Amino acid sequence: MRKLEFDLIIKNGRVINPALGFGQVADVFVKDGVIAKIEKESAKTKRKIASYPDEMVVDATDLLVVPGLIDIHVHLREPGREYAETIVTGCRAAANGGFTSVCCMPNTYPVIDNQETVQFVKARAAIADARVYVIGAISKELKGEELSEIGDLVKAGVVAITDDGNYVQNSDLMRRALEYAKMFNIPVVSHAEDMQLCGEGHMNESFESSRLGLKGRPSVGEVIAVLRDIKLCEFVGGRLHIAHVSTAGAVEAIRQAKAAGVKVTAEACPHHFVLTDDMIGESFDTNLKVNPPIRTKKDVDAIIGGLVDGTIDCIASDHAPHPEEDKDAEFDKAPPGMLGLQTTLGLVKTYLIDKGYLSWADAIRKMTINPARIMGLPGGTLNEGAPADITLIDPDKKWTFKEKDILSIAKNSPFVGWKLNGRAAYTVVGGKVVHEY
Amino acid sequence: MKLRSRHLLGLENVTRDEISLILDTAETFREIIERPIKKVPTLRGITVLNLFYEPSTRTKISFELAEKRLSADSISFAKATSSVTKGESLRDTVQNIEAMKIDMVVIRHSSTGAPFYLTQCIDSNVINAGDGSHEHPTQALLDMMTIRQKYGSLDGLRVVLIGDVKHSRVVRSNIWGLKTMGASVAICGPSTLMPYEVEKFGVDVYTNVEEAIDGADVVNIMRIQLERQKAGLFPSMREYTNLFGITKERLKLLNENFTIMHPGPMNRGIEITSEVADGDSSVILNQVTNGQAVRMAVLYLLSGKKEEAE
Repeated sequence: MRKLEFDLIIKNGRVINPALGFGQVADVFVKDGVIAKIEKESAKTKRKIASYPDEMVVDATDLLVVPGLIDIHVHLREPGREYAETIVTGCRAAANGGFTSVCCMPNTYPVIDNQETVQFVKARAAIADARVYVIGAISKELKGEELSEIGDLVKAGVVAITDDGNYVQNSDLMRRALEYAKMFNIPVVSHAEDMQLCGEGHMNESFESSRLGLKGRPSVGEVIAVLRDIKLCEFVGGRLHIAHVSTAGAVEAIRQAKAAGVKVTAEACPHHFVLTDDMIGESFDTNLKVNPPIRTKKDVDAIIGGLVDGTIDCIASDHAPHPEEDKDAEFDKAPPGMLGLQTTLGLVKTYLIDKGYLSWADAIRKMTINPARIMGLPGGTLNEGAPADITLIDPDKKWTFKEKDILSIAKNSPFVGWKLNGRAAYTVVGGKVVHEY
Repeated sequence: MKLRSRHLLGLENVTRDEISLILDTAETFREIIERPIKKVPTLRGITVLNLFYEPSTRTKISFELAEKRLSADSISFAKATSSVTKGESLRDTVQNIEAMKIDMVVIRHSSTGAPFYLTQCIDSNVINAGDGSHEHPTQALLDMMTIRQKYGSLDGLRVVLIGDVKHSRVVRSNIWGLKTMGASVAICGPSTLMPYEVEKFGVDVYTNVEEAIDGADVVNIMRIQLERQKAGLFPSMREYTNLFGITKERLKLLNENFTIMHPGPMNRGIEITSEVADGDSSVILNQVTNGQAVRMAVLYLLSGKKEEAE
């Protein structure tokens, strides 16, 4: 058989490479799992592509060709809660949603606070559809008492540390985490909700929680938590990343900290810029229960404002599978969290791009190069020589998210039945097509 | 005239006509329970389940008696002696009981929305007998019935609800019902026991009890729970009594022909003195009797709803 120059060609797509600002129709040539070159179509390239067998050419006409999307906030539940999600199923959902890389959170059983568990996750991820980067625990068993062996974790390959799910309530421990993580130049990811103010709440504290008589998680609990972490970061240095920003006050705090030169970055989740707390009383849908909670219109507007002006660097899903057995319960007894990997892109297109808040280029930046830079990951660009992690987006594909389409084991999405616009048409990881619809 | 829903989950979305219908119907049942033979065949063949996940004296006995007086077959469930202690979920519990062919469920539960959740799990009519801090519609209906009996109408009456507004389902249901029926509603309690953005309930809010009851017709006093003090929401029971307790002295501020109410159980000497609770203006025991009539009315009106649907 004739030896071919390339392994995969993506032809005639509109290429958006945020690293270079490239945004025109071109062909992408992949060899040995990396991007070999990107060229505008010419008679020569046309002839070359025509000589390739069909199965090696993806026709990207009318599609966007972007760096593989990166979601830095995902709960894959393995080890320990494989009845909700496994690394393989979670990565299948990721690929379906256009994500080529995910960062998984350490609140597994056992907790990812030791090398063995990191290695276990990486071994499982080796056969999964997407790349998995591991985030380790700040504190042993996420107890918020003493630092985990962060040096060991970094050696095993963790890209960041967090106690996500819990706020590091002990200010001195958070200070030490930021100081200690400096040695390894990794970010400390904060789930910023003061547990004394928010710990027992089930939804945003507002007139809605008052009306329903449900205990609230006040927005000020997030603002105080964010401000403390910003001040600690300002004092001791290090890199702070604020997970799932949900309040107007936190957006403003981060905006001011960035202006003052503090090394803080932030992410927002689709549910925090799409859903509001007044939806809860209509259905008591436990899939609307999440920490931090869905808030008010004012907060939604502020988060969108933060995404527009760059205060919020990236978009992450906080994909949090919980099985029907746990979610099918009274609202205050259900666990917090919702799926996100398969709906993030459609929600970004429908609620941010179609509404005129972000351009495609802005949105892609917040789902590729920005999260890659925060976590120090190799992906996020379409530069020659970069890993061939590529997502092809059908930008105006109208579709309805159906429960039968959910690839996660758990089905806890409040977006089932929603009509969305924009969808991943193909997902390519290391030059291999892992999803096509 | 009929009720629009086949469930009674709360009063927030119940209309004036519907409340009037329930209260008018309750008056006819009130007459029945004053008879020597207090039983009518109205709900013969209907099976009602009383599902009590929280302790209750008045409400539970009141519903059970209401069902018996209407000739319904009723069974009662108490969480402590059930398989819930073995970890059975609410859905499984009620689906199993419904499989034994029941028609209506009365539920008391510590979780907001549990009655709504039940309507999603089973086909029976669901009556909320108190869900978390959310609503307790039959309590507010019996309160309104009691007030209406004395004054003829609720329109323009000044009704003050005093106590732990934040955690009280009785207050919430009373606010919705009283507003709908045209009363002028005020609430009063420590600011730490007011829910967030309380002004959005659209009632007058007071933290000074004298100002709150000045010129009022009806004072409805809520139980204050020791757990709230333990949770740090106010400094001591003694201070609560000093600031908010209803004493004979304070009654002087009320309008002539005033009324004192309490949904029970009372903490005598804390939120209300015995003198006030047992005084001539107290209708506390009449509330309890009316409770039975209101529950008969609700059971009757909702069961009729079900037959029409079939």
